[in-house]
Amino acid sequence: MQVLNSQLRFAAARFAPNRGLVVALLLGPVIGAMLAFGTVAAQEATNVITIDNFTFSPKELTVAVGTTVKWVNHDDIPHTLVEKKTTFRSKALDTDDSYSFTFTSAGTFDYFCGLHPHMVGQVIVK
Amino acid sequence: MAKKGFEDSGQGLGRREVLECMVWAGTGVLWAVSGGVPHSVGLIGDALAAEPTGFTFLQMSDSHIGFDKAANPDALGTLREAVAKVKAMPIKPSFIIHTGDITHLSKPAEFDNADKVFGETGVQIHYVPGEHDIIDEERGKAYLERYGKGSKGAGWYSYDDHGIHFIGLVNVVDLKGGGLGNLGAEQLAWLEADLKDKSSSTPIVVFAHIPLQVIYKEWGWGTEDGTQALTLLKRFGSVTVLNGHIHQLAQKVEGNMTFHTALSTAFPQPAPGSAPSPGPMLVPADKLRTLLGLSTVSVVQGNKPLAIIDKTLAG
Repeated sequence: MQVLNSQLRFAAARFAPNRGLVVALLLGPVIGAMLAFGTVAAQEATNVITIDNFTFSPKELTVAVGTTVKWVNHDDIPHTLVEKKTTFRSKALDTDDSYSFTFTSAGTFDYFCGLHPHMVGQVIVK
Repeated sequence: MAKKGFEDSGQGLGRREVLECMVWAGTGVLWAVSGGVPHSVGLIGDALAAEPTGFTFLQMSDSHIGFDKAANPDALGTLREAVAKVKAMPIKPSFIIHTGDITHLSKPAEFDNADKVFGETGVQIHYVPGEHDIIDEERGKAYLERYGKGSKGAGWYSYDDHGIHFIGLVNVVDLKGGGLGNLGAEQLAWLEADLKDKSSSTPIVVFAHIPLQVIYKEWGWGTEDGTQALTLLKRFGSVTVLNGHIHQLAQKVEGNMTFHTALSTAFPQPAPGSAPSPGPMLVPADKLRTLLGLSTVSVVQGNKPLAIIDKTLAG
């Protein structure tokens, strides 16, 4: 940001008559990127399922078609994710590993841990 | 307490006796068999006093090579300690039964390290896989390539030694959502055929990773179709069931059947329902070795047909 600011000041000083335009041109993409980042962050926050103490949280998640859901394992023990009809099956997730799956069709997806099948969860795609 | 599994039931052991047993439990379980009819001991002194006939075997379990988290940053180191105990035994065991979770993540280097340390025992090892041994990309291929020679399906097999019929079962593959451990129809059919020509007086030792009996359903500590296997074994005069998975001792005698789970050599797990999850239990460093170990099973002459001695790494 420091570099960008100094460039901005330089540009603004040099093209004084067009200052407003220059600022808009330079800042536009930055603000746009920040907005985009904010949107992605917000989306990720709602579509992350965490694994703590052999439990999926949230246990049930409802998302729109096209949404990518990410699972993150916080346990000291590996877990896997297996959808009952094997729509998806992850590799083993060690501590802090994650797995993402994009739901391209509507439906109810029941899944469990392939190593500890008493761990169950559900994603509803509308 | 009813759900707590079978640690408290069956034997009628007082608290003091159980604690003494726990002190031993950690390096191994000693089993003794005589008169062809094994029975569980829990009476450690008797097993120790008995004269071995030369047939002793060990149960080791849940080595989790590759595990490096807080509950035990050096699982390979504690396995080395356990193996040192084996090497120091006055009577060399005939073989070792490993009830699964050799590795933590089924990585080639983890299997290599485990093989190297277990190799130092100079004793043959009969393995069955735990769920941690079949999480390679090809779901169990790495395990079968190393240990599956002569086995069927996902790695089950049987063999005879000193008049005892040993059966290694696999209950960690093709698990169903919401369920427990799983043997599957193919393996149960094989078991039925395997037992068909065996006389009911043949002592049976059956071993698998996850307990065949349900110890604690909420944590998945049991086998969905385990009862079907136990039903096939009911006609035998002496059945000993050895399991791992739960990283703690649990014993129960039910009719002619003796159930025993071994300690891990890597990390302890909490008693059923005593923690939010069955994950690795963090204990003070000076307590860790009292909760890890192995079991010696010894065939002895005497009036106590079968004896198990559990020994901790601290002992």
